[in-house]
Amino acid sequence: MSSDRASSSPQQSGRLQVDAASKRFGHVEALSEVSLSVAAGEFVTILGPSGSGKTTLLKVIAGFEIADTGRVLIDQADITELDPALRNIGMVFQNYALFPHMSVARNVAYPLVMRGTPKAEIAARVGQALEMVELGGMAERLPKQLSGGQQQRVALARATVFQPRLLLLDEPFGALDRKLREQMQIEVRRLQRRLGLTTLFITHDQEEALVMSDRIVVMDKGRVLQVGPPNEIYEAPANPFVADFIGESNIFVGVVEAGGGNLLRVRLEQGPVIEVAGRADLAARPGQRVRVMVRPERFVDLAADPNSASANRIDGRVTDSAYIGVSDKYRVVTAEGIDVLMRLPSGPSSRRYGEGELISAGFHAADARLIAVQ
Amino acid sequence: MTIASTAATVAGRSWLRPGTFTLTLPALLLLTLLFMLPLVRLFSLSFAGGFGWYEKALTGGLYTVILYRTFEIAGIVTFFCLVIGYPVAFLLATTTPKWRAIGFAFVMLPLWTSVLVRTYAWMVLLGRNGIINRMLIDSGLLDTPLSLLNSRLAVILGMVHVMLPFMILPIYSALTRIDPDLPTAARGLGASALRILTTIYLPLSLRGIVAGVTLVFVVSLGFYITPALLGGGKVMMYAMVIEQQVREFLAWNFAGALSVILLAVTLVMFWLLNQGVARHLRD
Repeated sequence: MSSDRASSSPQQSGRLQVDAASKRFGHVEALSEVSLSVAAGEFVTILGPSGSGKTTLLKVIAGFEIADTGRVLIDQADITELDPALRNIGMVFQNYALFPHMSVARNVAYPLVMRGTPKAEIAARVGQALEMVELGGMAERLPKQLSGGQQQRVALARATVFQPRLLLLDEPFGALDRKLREQMQIEVRRLQRRLGLTTLFITHDQEEALVMSDRIVVMDKGRVLQVGPPNEIYEAPANPFVADFIGESNIFVGVVEAGGGNLLRVRLEQGPVIEVAGRADLAARPGQRVRVMVRPERFVDLAADPNSASANRIDGRVTDSAYIGVSDKYRVVTAEGIDVLMRLPSGPSSRRYGEGELISAGFHAADARLIAVQ
Repeated sequence: MTIASTAATVAGRSWLRPGTFTLTLPALLLLTLLFMLPLVRLFSLSFAGGFGWYEKALTGGLYTVILYRTFEIAGIVTFFCLVIGYPVAFLLATTTPKWRAIGFAFVMLPLWTSVLVRTYAWMVLLGRNGIINRMLIDSGLLDTPLSLLNSRLAVILGMVHVMLPFMILPIYSALTRIDPDLPTAARGLGASALRILTTIYLPLSLRGIVAGVTLVFVVSLGFYITPALLGGGKVMMYAMVIEQQVREFLAWNFAGALSVILLAVTLVMFWLLNQGVARHLRD
């Protein structure tokens, strides 16, 4: 039934485009020439620390703030200065913003009542929306009588019941505990696919962004730093901020000794030389200072896998070790004083290293990502 | 409803703690000495000789008419305080901190000025040779001065002025407790400014409205100085009748009966207003 709804609505799944939007608050540049395009039915996450401008961007799209310059378009129609009440955008607020004096049913009916939908149709659609978020029996409760997860679902039902062209989610899982959060991540994604809703999701939680998104937009200080699918953001960060913000990383600083194009030889500050894959979009010539990132899980225990073709080798002493479950996490310091974080697979067949033990680990040149050239 | 009942249980529990009672003892003693004892005395005086004094107060046409007038004036004052006060409270609650500070200064300034001073100020404004009449005559709009003073209008004007802060403050307090995301969410869901007012702000500030209405109405019922000075004896309110009985006729028993009636009626109004809210919140 819900798929009928999705396909029968001409307004469903709009294409969003933001063109060079800028917004200042006094001396603070909250948004600086932000451009972004979201395809119909796509789930895009805006990821950034607090103060990165992601909430301002959401407000500009929803119409609660007007951009100083730049444009916002949905399906090619310019809505930059359109009254938010007329935008047909569903939004789930950080604290859900449920109306505390209205029952669950009246909350969900609210956008339909505001649109003058006939009473019988409102009842049917509210019922349908509540079924979809599995709150069929809760229609007459007040928001405060619901758990955090249930309130979240009500907010979701309210934001989608009027078949918006776009769904905005502003850090909606912040108040939920980890387990519930993971469950809601899956449910939101399921609902979004079922309704074919173009969705823009805001979070500062990089793990959440990786799990949920078709594409991720990384923002910092009002600027877009990188846009790409989760694996690209994780494996191939464009710059040090993205590398550091998403996942765990080792960042090495050194000078290019030789090479260019596909392969670089980089002498690290501390002495050793490593091989690093070159980047077509980031040229590095000999003599230039560079930064290189290696993910902790890219290291291979050379004692367990002596035939590894790793081009690079790290020998050091374990200073901290922790059992994480899926892996063992080690902090290793080499004789030259390089501090390295590594995660090696754990399990009955793999060796565990204690503090003070020597370890030999390797990594491929392809796993060393060039992230900055100075 | 739940909030009210939670508050009740919390209060109930706190009474059980020994420390709380000891701490309220000074206030309790003060209130008993200054309010309860005179009240009991007045009460017993009013029953001297059975219900005779009450019969006189409730059947004598004059006193019931004045009681009715008192209600009418209190009602009108409350209405104007609400109509003027709500928008002011709304502005104060939604404006920038700078304008809020300025606005509050204007609201609170009269509150810190003596009622007597404010009432005399109105007399200066409204008198036959007052500022308003002078301006109207000097500008050629009028030939003879209007008799603004010593009228119902003057009394209501003066009372609204005195009572306005008592309406604004509770409403302001209720409005500031509304999560600012709620009107934003309503707007995003398609509500016009008017619908946001009627579906979000008004219902969520209802407690403040009721508190303000109750306060203004109940206090207005017992008003004395302002109607006495601005009404010039032409506008009688119940408190003035009581004062007259005591001061001019030394009719303590009758004054006692009138006081008990005013108190009873006030308490009933208070209870009715609260019942109305309780029922509304339950629905």
